[in-house]
Amino acid sequence: MPAKELSPIDVYKLLPGTNCRECGETNCMAFAARLVNREVPLEKCPPLMDPRNKPLYDKLWDLLRPPIRAVEVGVGEGKVTLGGEYVVYRHELTYFHPTTIAIDLNDEMTEEEMEARIKAVKEFEYEYIGMKLKLDMLAIRSTSNDPSRFEAAVRKTWEASKMPLILCSLDPTVMEQGLAAVPDKRPLIYAATKDNWREMAELAIMYGCPLVASSPFDLKGLKSLTKTLLEYGVKDIVLDPGTLGSEGLGETLNNFTALRIAAIDRGDDLLGFPLLGTPITVWSEEAEDPIINEWNEAMLASALIVRFADALIMHSISGWVLLPLVILRQNIYTDPRKPVSVEPGIRSFGSPNELSPVLLTSNFALTYYTVASDIESAKVDCHLVVVDTEGLSVESAIAGRKMTAETVAEALKNFRVGDLVKHRKLILPGRAARISGEVEELSGWRALVGPLDSSGIPKFLSENWKPEMD
Amino acid sequence: MSGAKKKDQPLPLGLDILEALAKLQEVELEDVEMDFEELELSLSPGPFMVPAPRAQVELPGVKAKPTSLLEAEFQLPVEEYPGMVVEVELGATRAEGGSRGRTLVIGGERAPAYYSFLQETPHRPVIAIDVFDYPEVRLPRAVKMHVAEVLHDPAEWARLSVERFGAEMVNVHLLSIDPLIKNTPPREAVNTVEEVLQAVDVPIAVGGCGDPKKDLEVFRAVAEATKGERILFGSVTLDMDIEATAKVVEEHGHRVIAFTSMDVNKARELNRKLYEYMPKEHIVMDTTTAALGYGLDYAFTVMERARLAALKGDPELNHPISSGATNAWAAREAWMQLGPQWAPRELRGPLWETITAETLLLAGVDYFMMMHPASVKAIKMMIDNLMKKSTLERPIDWVGLRI
Repeated sequence: MPAKELSPIDVYKLLPGTNCRECGETNCMAFAARLVNREVPLEKCPPLMDPRNKPLYDKLWDLLRPPIRAVEVGVGEGKVTLGGEYVVYRHELTYFHPTTIAIDLNDEMTEEEMEARIKAVKEFEYEYIGMKLKLDMLAIRSTSNDPSRFEAAVRKTWEASKMPLILCSLDPTVMEQGLAAVPDKRPLIYAATKDNWREMAELAIMYGCPLVASSPFDLKGLKSLTKTLLEYGVKDIVLDPGTLGSEGLGETLNNFTALRIAAIDRGDDLLGFPLLGTPITVWSEEAEDPIINEWNEAMLASALIVRFADALIMHSISGWVLLPLVILRQNIYTDPRKPVSVEPGIRSFGSPNELSPVLLTSNFALTYYTVASDIESAKVDCHLVVVDTEGLSVESAIAGRKMTAETVAEALKNFRVGDLVKHRKLILPGRAARISGEVEELSGWRALVGPLDSSGIPKFLSENWKPEMD
Repeated sequence: MSGAKKKDQPLPLGLDILEALAKLQEVELEDVEMDFEELELSLSPGPFMVPAPRAQVELPGVKAKPTSLLEAEFQLPVEEYPGMVVEVELGATRAEGGSRGRTLVIGGERAPAYYSFLQETPHRPVIAIDVFDYPEVRLPRAVKMHVAEVLHDPAEWARLSVERFGAEMVNVHLLSIDPLIKNTPPREAVNTVEEVLQAVDVPIAVGGCGDPKKDLEVFRAVAEATKGERILFGSVTLDMDIEATAKVVEEHGHRVIAFTSMDVNKARELNRKLYEYMPKEHIVMDTTTAALGYGLDYAFTVMERARLAALKGDPELNHPISSGATNAWAAREAWMQLGPQWAPRELRGPLWETITAETLLLAGVDYFMMMHPASVKAIKMMIDNLMKKSTLERPIDWVGLRI
């Protein structure tokens, strides 16, 4: 049954019912509720792991398993999970495994080209609300169709990157050589088609690798392929329904959507696998300037992140292309059930003393982290008052009356800001300018209106900060 | 389909613009401000990853391996949605009592956006460009460079937006009426709007400054002076005098945007209050747009939930959705220098606006307020492509591509 329709009672009925608390919950019902939210694994219930309870375990597993199979690619620390999703729309529960992004290489590149690309992928990192956003995989394409060249390229890529790999060739002979270079690294094989499925299935089983079933723009053919591969003994399958930009965009998104709804809401197990999108196809269009292809690739990748893709293969490595994608992916895959604020209170940065500036901001997580990172990178010694705006940004909190002269004055009093400093000067965010007059009246502090964006804090302080009363 | 582009086809993205942008590298920081009257942000914390429960599944008894491809039947997951989004008509031609060259209709969906296996998109979403009556409005550099010549003349700005940048409508934002900015009288706002109506013949939208009292006063004057034009007035909010605002709009034959702050229930509440004074077909709703990276997930999910509820039959949410994609520029990543790895920001910025809009287009947005010419072009192209039913001549062999 779809995850959104599962109730804790359905699960509770199948638990051993000992209320032994060994799982850390107060009783079996509480544990059932956490299972339904997919917050704990079944294995946390010791009585259930008793072999005599195997029938219960199996029933529960079947009830709770994700309708989209979780497929692991790679080994060790860097390995990634594709799929493992329970719902079509994120608000029905949450998504669990962010779309993985693979960047391509090919076996005709010079050593320098390969190294430069691998380095760019490995070093890609962007700090965003306390997280490091990164790229996940490398996809090696055999453009030479030469088995030994492919083997050498795969070997080199693994040695230089140690990242999860996708090996791309439709020729089983070439693929076999590539696999031989990384026999125990569990790369994703691209791909089994209606023409080569048998050889590719053999390779997938022999090397214990997940396998892409590829049937572009033919969903019936795709389903035939997965049915055949499953019967053949391949368990870890990834689906390639075909990706096209420009005029094929509508059809592409339509297929991804139909597959995901069929698998989750209709329970079609033959389609319950992660989806692979290949925005790299935009590079088949001849553009007068690669910028056009890069831009189109970014747009196609974005649409696929929104519309259910679990993995993407891309060609562009430009920061301006990839940055919006890793942020979009983070946004879409964020758990909508979690609060978005930080604890209100007072934070100190550097080594402030009683003459140090006092700044103020909202407790909206993104605002807070942005301000904090600006203060840290500017190496300013100061106090930061974090007001409870119920998780709204300064701008929204001012508009929605969540940040008012009253709440500011109250925060100053409750956090005893006056005990930390001798002066009585408060620097308000630029977007709170509207309330500065009232803040002065109500709190007795002098209110300075700071910059609109916290990147302006260092400059503002150097020009305006004099702690003595004037 | 794909393949070589014919020489005579225009380039999809206005190579001229993009090339010009790519070669630009600014070194100074510039602050940005949009029409922030109603920007609301909210955000999600980092991902809290929970491993899905795992276990070994035993396949039932081993069967003989297949030697040929097994047949499988695939049925598209077709379903009927009982609800339908109302259609809202914007702009009026001379024959209809206005002065526009054409009328635009938005809404009418009976299925989620671009689920073409369920329904063809009934009406193209409309892309409108923002124009301000206040030359000091702080715009990101990437946008300003395209409109520097017309900042002092909203009518010329509107003309440029339509003729050069392909705007299908124009949003005239009356910032200067703000008591905290210039507090200009309603009469001046009327002049501005009338000049814009003279300059372009597309339907227009008129936006206030966010001060509930002043906006009503100005809307009243503008609505009277432009009777019958079916202008889209933005916005009516829960803290305005809803009855008075709705009556002003309705009495003079206009349309309204009902703006709420990322909350499906507030959207229902405001719509419900408006139904007392105007037909549903005169209301467009805006549930707030936040920038990519700055609460886009909230904006997206509220819109997606509202649209799905409407299609399932909720009678208080079945309105076309308007989005201020221009808010994308509030993201620092859209305008700030971030170092050479992320350059050029002249491309990063318009792409930021494009992806913000694109994401919400897929949530069901019918009316976009946008700003950068390249973003406008890109989203219009995308809508063209989404509405085409193309057939594939041959799959692309991307594996063998020599790039």
